Amino acid sequence: MNAEPSQKPGQAPRPEFEVDLIEATAIGDVERPLTITERLVNNEAVQRLTILVTIVVIWELYARWLNNGLLFPSFGETIRTFSKDIANGVLIDRTITSLRTLAIGYALGLVLAAVLTTVAVASTAGTRVLSTLTAMFNPLPAIALLPLALIWFGLGTPSLVFVIIHSVLWAVALNTLIGFRGVPETLRMSGRNVGLKGARYVGLILIPAAFPSILAGLKIGWAFAWRTLVAAELVFGVSSRSGGIGWYIFEARNDLDTATVFSGLLAVIFIGLVVESVIFRAIEARTVNLWGMQR
Amino acid sequence: MADARHRPMTSALLEVKGVTLQYKTPRHLVTATYQIDFSVHQSDRYVILGPSGCGKTTVLKGVGGFMPPVEGSIRINGRAIESPGPDRMMVFQEFEQLMPWKTVYQNVLFPMKVTKRFGAKEASERANAVIEKVGLTKFRDIYPHMLSGGMKMRVAIARAMALEPDILLMDEPFAALDALTRRTMQQELLSLWDQLRFTVLFVTHSIEEAIIIGSRILVLSPHPGRVRAELDAEGLDHNSVGRPEFGILTKRIHTLLFGEKHPLRAQQEIRA
Ligand SMILES: Nc1ncnc2c1ncn2[C@@H]1O[C@H](COP(=O)(O)OP(=O)(O)OP(=O)(O)O)[C@@H](O)[C@H]1O
Ligand SMILES: [Mg+2]
Repeated sequence: MNAEPSQKPGQAPRPEFEVDLIEATAIGDVERPLTITERLVNNEAVQRLTILVTIVVIWELYARWLNNGLLFPSFGETIRTFSKDIANGVLIDRTITSLRTLAIGYALGLVLAAVLTTVAVASTAGTRVLSTLTAMFNPLPAIALLPLALIWFGLGTPSLVFVIIHSVLWAVALNTLIGFRGVPETLRMSGRNVGLKGARYVGLILIPAAFPSILAGLKIGWAFAWRTLVAAELVFGVSSRSGGIGWYIFEARNDLDTATVFSGLLAVIFIGLVVESVIFRAIEARTVNLWGMQR
Repeated sequence: MADARHRPMTSALLEVKGVTLQYKTPRHLVTATYQIDFSVHQSDRYVILGPSGCGKTTVLKGVGGFMPPVEGSIRINGRAIESPGPDRMMVFQEFEQLMPWKTVYQNVLFPMKVTKRFGAKEASERANAVIEKVGLTKFRDIYPHMLSGGMKMRVAIARAMALEPDILLMDEPFAALDALTRRTMQQELLSLWDQLRFTVLFVTHSIEEAIIIGSRILVLSPHPGRVRAELDAEGLDHNSVGRPEFGILTKRIHTLLFGEKHPLRAQQEIRA
């Protein structure tokens, strides 16, 4: 090699250089907490709030321009009805009724999904059974099962729970199975290397490793269940005295009280948002985001 | 003196006899290694050396208990290997062997917790000590996704070391490191060995690394892996890199691996 710096004709020579390192202690630790402004800009809640405010403004402007409370009540009117029904306890009662049914159905659905996936991961035959069942029942809308549920269980909570289980079970089981299958071979081997087997292997390796997928299943299952429940209440809410939110909406429609219909829908949306962006967000932030398994 | 087969059987910790390992895929049957023999003795630094794809990883998986041999036997302490176990801790070639949901410290602690080999306090002390040894104390409470490839490898090494297994299986553990860190880690491994005299089965495709790390070197042929030679490399380390013995051994291994056409090569071509 040539010791002198190479120089092309017509170009200034490029000198070599060495410098002392600049001070890097100003950066502080390897990890540094972000400042308040950095957090605010990054904060999903703040971003979502901005979107919500925009939607509300558009709604209010459109309703005022239309000026027909029977077809499209304004945001102000809806909120007034909403807060009135919250204050007199009607809406809260209805919501609690719905959520209680939902919780029972969701929990039972999860238990069944856990049992099914355990059977499925234990053997290839089990896997075939689960994938066939899922392929059969997943596309079947839960509402389509409602007539059958009414024949089997009659009017009331058991029928609702039945259709909720149906909507939760397949989504969660399918996602969990996909998640288990996607666990990298090396991670599996390093789990088995320390002698993990059976339930401990599933609990300590497979479930955390498949958690992004499992969580996705839980979210889809929740959305299906909530939708199904409200729809089912609308269908046979008529004959049920202590109805849920679906019944609240149904009643209001019979009275042509559109503002109350809107306020019921608002409650449905609100609960959906809270579960999705508060509860599930919090779980995500503490698990898959923290572990870098999902962005 | 050099041939393991002439030593008394009792001193062999790991005995691999006529082992053929195959992968069954839906479309192919791949024979990775063919009738391999070797034995590893207590406190050996036993290196398996061979070109890429010759079945080095597969041999380690066999010893680890992840792949039953289709022919032959693998015995540790005289008993046949049936399943994976913490007496044979493996450092895998891939980076995704760490649990992403655990911090560096928790990853190192995990095998000790699961196997209950050490009490809670001792396990914690051991974990911290070994993390210090691989130079990651600053990153103790960080999750693996925030580490570089080489750092992940060091965590995996620390995790395996902390458990003090009967035999340590290491699959190209230093391949992802920069030259300087690699040298440090090699020295660290050797000085740890000086203290603890553990048994290690070490896979590499670098002739230099094989000579520096190994006390014995098993040279495998290209795919399908068959034993080509077993050589003695005792007493050669970083300080002997410039010495003539080092050069001679390097050349000898080079010839064994890539050198003149030997009778088996023709046979292999027929088989293919
Ligand atoms: N999971 C697998 N399924 C099928 N064939 C495989 C599998 N893993 C490895 N093989 C084949 O087995 C042979 C040996 O592979 P192995 O991974 O043991 O090589 P290696 O010596 O470790 O190579 P490297 O130095 O590149 O890591 C290769 O021909 C490879 O194609
Ligand atoms: Mg390999």
